[in-house]
Amino acid sequence: MYPARFRSLSLLILFLVWTLPAVALEPPELRRYVTDLAGVLSSGDADQIERMLEQYDRSSSSQFLVLIIPTLEGESLEDYSLRVVEKNRIGREGSDNGLLLLVAVNDRKMRFEVGYGLEPVLTDALTSVIISDVIAPRFRNGDYANGIYAGMQAAIQAASGEFTISETAGRPKEEKEGNLFGLIIFLVIMFIIFRGNRRGGRGGGIWFIGGPFSGGGFGGGGFGGGSFGGFSGGGGSFGGGGSSGGW
Amino acid sequence: MKKNLTLTIIGGVVVIVVLWFISAQNGLVTKEEAVTAKWSQVENVYQRRLDLIPNLVETVKGYAQQEEDILTRVTELRSRVGQMNVSSEIVNDPEAMQRFQNAQSELGGALSRLLVVAENYPDLKSNQNFLTLQSQLEGTENRIAVERKRFIEAVQEYNTAIRRFPTSLVASIGGFDKKATFTADDGAERAPKVEF
Repeated sequence: MYPARFRSLSLLILFLVWTLPAVALEPPELRRYVTDLAGVLSSGDADQIERMLEQYDRSSSSQFLVLIIPTLEGESLEDYSLRVVEKNRIGREGSDNGLLLLVAVNDRKMRFEVGYGLEPVLTDALTSVIISDVIAPRFRNGDYANGIYAGMQAAIQAASGEFTISETAGRPKEEKEGNLFGLIIFLVIMFIIFRGNRRGGRGGGIWFIGGPFSGGGFGGGGFGGGSFGGFSGGGGSFGGGGSSGGW
Repeated sequence: MKKNLTLTIIGGVVVIVVLWFISAQNGLVTKEEAVTAKWSQVENVYQRRLDLIPNLVETVKGYAQQEEDILTRVTELRSRVGQMNVSSEIVNDPEAMQRFQNAQSELGGALSRLLVVAENYPDLKSNQNFLTLQSQLEGTENRIAVERKRFIEAVQEYNTAIRRFPTSLVASIGGFDKKATFTADDGAERAPKVEF
């Protein structure tokens, strides 16, 4: 009787151990262009890269994102990276112009995951060169902020060569919708603050603004149109293009 | 009066069954189309690999003529794969699918051996053209893995749907047959990463 119980217990443990890693490395939901789960960027640096990428999204409609994680926990870099972009639907539907730079700090590995639509400009060879010549040397010096900034800048320059505004016919309309969306959020927040204040100003409403919209140190941002948006996926598709590297 | 009511009920049931039948049939058609679409992606990425090979072989030849064996083998396997019929009809022919998979994984194996051999030639390893080809090849192997996985999933979904009752009735009446798919990944598909 005892061994039988022991066996079922060890089976249970085996089962848990077996299933745990799969649960542990669930891809995060990305709400900003730069998501630093490893805490290697100062909030000022993260903001600077965030602004560059948000600006680029506005001018070109291409969504370029950065995700930094502490470790892959033994999972394959390529599999994880694809799951992140599939979950967050980076890039616009149809033009498939999304890009993710994934950095796994403790594994010293990184990968550019390139959307279908960007594959002709951001070729595997080109992203591989950006990783080895632009990002890796800076990472080796422990300079994550500059490595990522320069790497994303290089990726933007490479993509801008071919992917111009004229190719995204729907852009002006999208921008308009974006503004309308921003306006609605603004009104909702004003409403919540107003209501919160009327109820005796316990600050609940104001805390609400602090939560979702300034998550990663948005100190000076405030209400200026740009800082508001954050990232929301546009439905782009990926097919495993890009390249991986280390430092 | 009562008879009319019965007729109405029977009529209603018939209409519901017919509507269900149509929607089940449409669902199967959609899933079947998904299989075909995913297959053409698989075909694309394999073609991409074939297109890279001549250039790769030429580049390696320039630095490592003595590796004739492996170079010839890659070229041979490439032309064998290139002659295969890979139209979307292949999903209805398990044997052809198996032949295709075997040929591709043999080619993948030969290619990864070629990359390992290239390690022995420092000049080749630092050749910009070779580095470019190498990253393209790595990227292509990754794309192959991705599109294969999506194809396998689409076939799985379709094959499950046609076997599941009551959709299986629609499938057998409408002539929806089981689709051939890749067998579990043999590991030969991913070329080993060559680290510098």
